[in-house]
Amino acid sequence: MHAEPLSLIFLNAAIVNNFVLALFLGICPFLGVSGKKETAWNMGLATMFVMLVSSAAAYGINWLLTQLGLEFLRLICYIAVIASAVQLVEMFVKKTSPALFRSLGIFLPLITTNCAILGLALFQTSKEYDFVQSLVYALGAGVGFTLALMLMAGLREKLSLARVPSVSQGAALSLMLAGLLSLAFMGFAGLGGGHG
Amino acid sequence: MPELLNPQEKLTPDTFLRGLWEENPVFVMLLGMCPVLAVTSTTLNAIAMGLATTFVLVCSSLLVSLLRDWIPKQVRIASYIVIIATFVTIVDYAIQAISLELYAALGAFIQLIVANCVILGRAEAYASKQRLHTTLVNSLGMGAGFTLALLALGTVREVLGNGTLLGVHLFSPDFQPWIVMILPPGGFFVLGVWLLLFNWLRQSKVRRAAQFSGAPADAR
Repeated sequence: MHAEPLSLIFLNAAIVNNFVLALFLGICPFLGVSGKKETAWNMGLATMFVMLVSSAAAYGINWLLTQLGLEFLRLICYIAVIASAVQLVEMFVKKTSPALFRSLGIFLPLITTNCAILGLALFQTSKEYDFVQSLVYALGAGVGFTLALMLMAGLREKLSLARVPSVSQGAALSLMLAGLLSLAFMGFAGLGGGHG
Repeated sequence: MPELLNPQEKLTPDTFLRGLWEENPVFVMLLGMCPVLAVTSTTLNAIAMGLATTFVLVCSSLLVSLLRDWIPKQVRIASYIVIIATFVTIVDYAIQAISLELYAALGAFIQLIVANCVILGRAEAYASKQRLHTTLVNSLGMGAGFTLALLALGTVREVLGNGTLLGVHLFSPDFQPWIVMILPPGGFFVLGVWLLLFNWLRQSKVRRAAQFSGAPADAR
């Protein structure tokens, strides 16, 4: 088993190997809902919640499947659990805040196909984290995702006031920005003590 | 009759070609960006990923199209996901059997094909409504378009970042590789530049069309 301290796991997932900017997971919502800071924040929180739930569930499922010798069913079970967790969040958000539900729009059900969440479940399995480590890893990943989303939203809010050539409007410009952010995040390499 | 509401498409060359250019999943619809950025640091990885995704896309679209009358509307997304996950598991084990080296290079991204929105998007928007043969042609086109996009990124990144193409050295030994191109930021930059190029092409086409029809070029 790993003796990695929890603080390092957290730092690693949140900053050094940031899920969006270093591992390229969850790019679709990253480009899709980073237009406004408020929406980005809510999306980040929703994703973090789904991450925590599915990480805990994935740990249990993996244990069960290993006991039964059915590892080849892992992927199907993981995605089913994630889809149900997303459904839960969707119902919760719809009941508590219809305004938020509208502003997240199609991206709420699309959390299911957010590869950051499935990626998290797969990584924690391949790294053989125990239960607490898995949860900390999920928390770190969620914080990292929210951080990247907020940074991007802040930049794009400023940029919407700038005059840019019409060719570069939209996705092209967002990708360039993401590239710059990613360069900046590379500066954190080595902080988390080796590659994760 | 719900059939009357969404007429079934006739098989034309456009059924295939749309995926390559007009509705290219990556460059136009901006779907499935994660594998596009993550595994294109070498051309070989890009090709392998493109083929694997095309296989899953075609197989799952066919199955969805076959079962379209039996899948209840309320649980359709879950059913599609399970179908897709089945084929991804097959691909995952197949690649592991063919080349362990490739399997290690692609890493978790083979299993993450499940979460590729191109595939679910095809199942929901096309395969669940259309007949078998148009679905086959359309999903092949989409897969080809996806592979093409991966290739477009992979070649640029490998040539600039490593000085090689498919492992063959292209430049003299004095060539300083742009390391940043094979690192994460390079993926964002190269895709951004491709999108810029396509935007520019599209805009100049519109402008030329406007000139031909006699309208002022940029009437505001």
